[in-house]
Amino acid sequence: MSSTPGPARSPGAAKYRSPLAPPKSFLWTRRIALTLLGLFTATPLFVMISSSVKPLVDVQGTFDWVPSHLTFQPYVEMWSTVPLGRYFVNSTVVAACSTAISVVIAIFAAYAVSRYRFRGRQVFRVTVLSTQMFPGILFLLPLYLIYVNIGNDTGITLSNTRLGLIVTYLTFTLPFSIWLLAGYFDSIPRELDEAAAVDGSGPLGTLLRIVVPAARPGIITVGVYSFMTAWGEVLFASVMTDDNTRTLAVGLRNYASENDVYWNQIMAASLVVSVPVVVAFLALQRYLIAGLTAGSVK
Amino acid sequence: MTVATDRGRSLRRLAAADRRRSTRHKALPYLLLLPAVCFELLVHVIPMLVGVWISFKQLTIYFIRNWTGAPSAGLNNYRFALNFNNAVGKALLHSFYVTLGFTVLVVALSWLIGTGAAVLMQNPFRGRGLLRTYFLVPYALPAFSATITWEFMFQRDHGLVNQVIVHDLHLTSHAPFWLIGNNAFASLVITAVWRTWPFAFLVVTAGMQSIPTDLYEAAVMDGAGVWQRLRKITLPSLRPVNLVLVLVLFLWNFNDFNTPFVLFGNVAAPQANLLSLQIYDTSFQNWNFGSGSAMSVLLLLFLLVVTAIYLVATSRGRKAADV
Repeated sequence: MSSTPGPARSPGAAKYRSPLAPPKSFLWTRRIALTLLGLFTATPLFVMISSSVKPLVDVQGTFDWVPSHLTFQPYVEMWSTVPLGRYFVNSTVVAACSTAISVVIAIFAAYAVSRYRFRGRQVFRVTVLSTQMFPGILFLLPLYLIYVNIGNDTGITLSNTRLGLIVTYLTFTLPFSIWLLAGYFDSIPRELDEAAAVDGSGPLGTLLRIVVPAARPGIITVGVYSFMTAWGEVLFASVMTDDNTRTLAVGLRNYASENDVYWNQIMAASLVVSVPVVVAFLALQRYLIAGLTAGSVK
Repeated sequence: MTVATDRGRSLRRLAAADRRRSTRHKALPYLLLLPAVCFELLVHVIPMLVGVWISFKQLTIYFIRNWTGAPSAGLNNYRFALNFNNAVGKALLHSFYVTLGFTVLVVALSWLIGTGAAVLMQNPFRGRGLLRTYFLVPYALPAFSATITWEFMFQRDHGLVNQVIVHDLHLTSHAPFWLIGNNAFASLVITAVWRTWPFAFLVVTAGMQSIPTDLYEAAVMDGAGVWQRLRKITLPSLRPVNLVLVLVLFLWNFNDFNTPFVLFGNVAAPQANLLSLQIYDTSFQNWNFGSGSAMSVLLLLFLLVVTAIYLVATSRGRKAADV
């Protein structure tokens, strides 16, 4: 009779368990599996943190679970061993600019694709979707050569500049943003647009005042994803940068000199450069799940 | 007769007026698309055409300043890449197998772990929200920080892995190498799975939120256990989500460059030399851009074929499931 889950109601059935409650074996499987998974996840995080507070001698010997001497020297020295500050600025500028550009362009494009029926719409959608699956290596070489050529012909240097890297990063930020935002805009009821149109709002006004605010989770998802991917990108950064424009993704390798690898400083630096991204991601993950659900998994 | 043409004419005039009025409206979507189309041309279409063009050229370091003047190579770049008797072709074929093995393993393991964790965490328990957030950390960490930490852990003399195996558990007396030789492949897979499974977990968790609870309640009424509910409700409901997820994971890992490059540097052990690294090597270490481009084009063709087959197969499956 009682189909609703919950605690037993009759006092006589103390050992009664709700039918939806998982059996004991399931609870134990869950405990063990999640503990193992938690440890697997934690191990590199633990290594990163503990090694970042060890003196150099410690990280050059066999691995110690606990630092023998606690020191914050790596956090001080890491800024002068390599120009970490410069890498930090480069990464921030490149990731922020490519994210901003692709989000703005994608909002317009996604609005057109989602709200209008026009010739070439399907072609555009399919093109955007398919460029997403193309390997980065496919674009690396041609873009590199095109930059060389533009530099020769016009004097505008794109190779080894931040601008060049920003444009390059649009290869992965733009298609993802357009594709996910178009999906997200589709999920916003058209009645909202129509109501705005009746109130005398033009298409652009409707986009900016109605659709963009309603699509905030989608836009945040796209922004966070683009920023994260650009922040961690290695392939283009390793070819298209020089000492001045190096990003963090490539710059961290420079902690290895001929004689020493400053593992403690590498770990300290990786930790420091990860914190902003991880915090932003975790703070926005609610939106992210909503954005992914509405935009991609329709 | 005359009446009819008159009417036709006036109708046409009306339509023309209508068209004029709506020209602004018709142009709007194209205007909105214009910036996107310009950038798509700049970063995708033109580079792809250039890439295909280069693959038919004999482009080496000597022509890099003036690459448009590189001599033609005909089909030679392709012939070399696909000639499995010479060194280049052999290395490429080997990389292909390594990449395929790596991708299948990483996708399968990540999907299993991610789905497993999502299923185990489907019912609320204390600390679930916190654990969910915690599990997303590997995905949120920049690829290079995470991978460089794994590189440190896999160091032969001062890494955690050998500390555990040799000193803590005494499994072997000789500390093995992890970043060169046969073990390099295992290191690569472990690192990639660590980074990939949280995404599978995230997507599956999101997908599960759309499964109505009454389905489970009805199943319980019918006497279905945990296992049956998983097989009869959860997995079938997740089908559309999984189709997208598996394809995305496959493409990501097949194209992965970050993990091997950070883990091994420019030159990876042959056992762990993924295609993207092999192409990078050919192009930017051996300065043979024509050959590198031909390999990229082949890689792209392979991915297109796989995706097409996958989409056809799954859409057929989906139709069959709908019936």
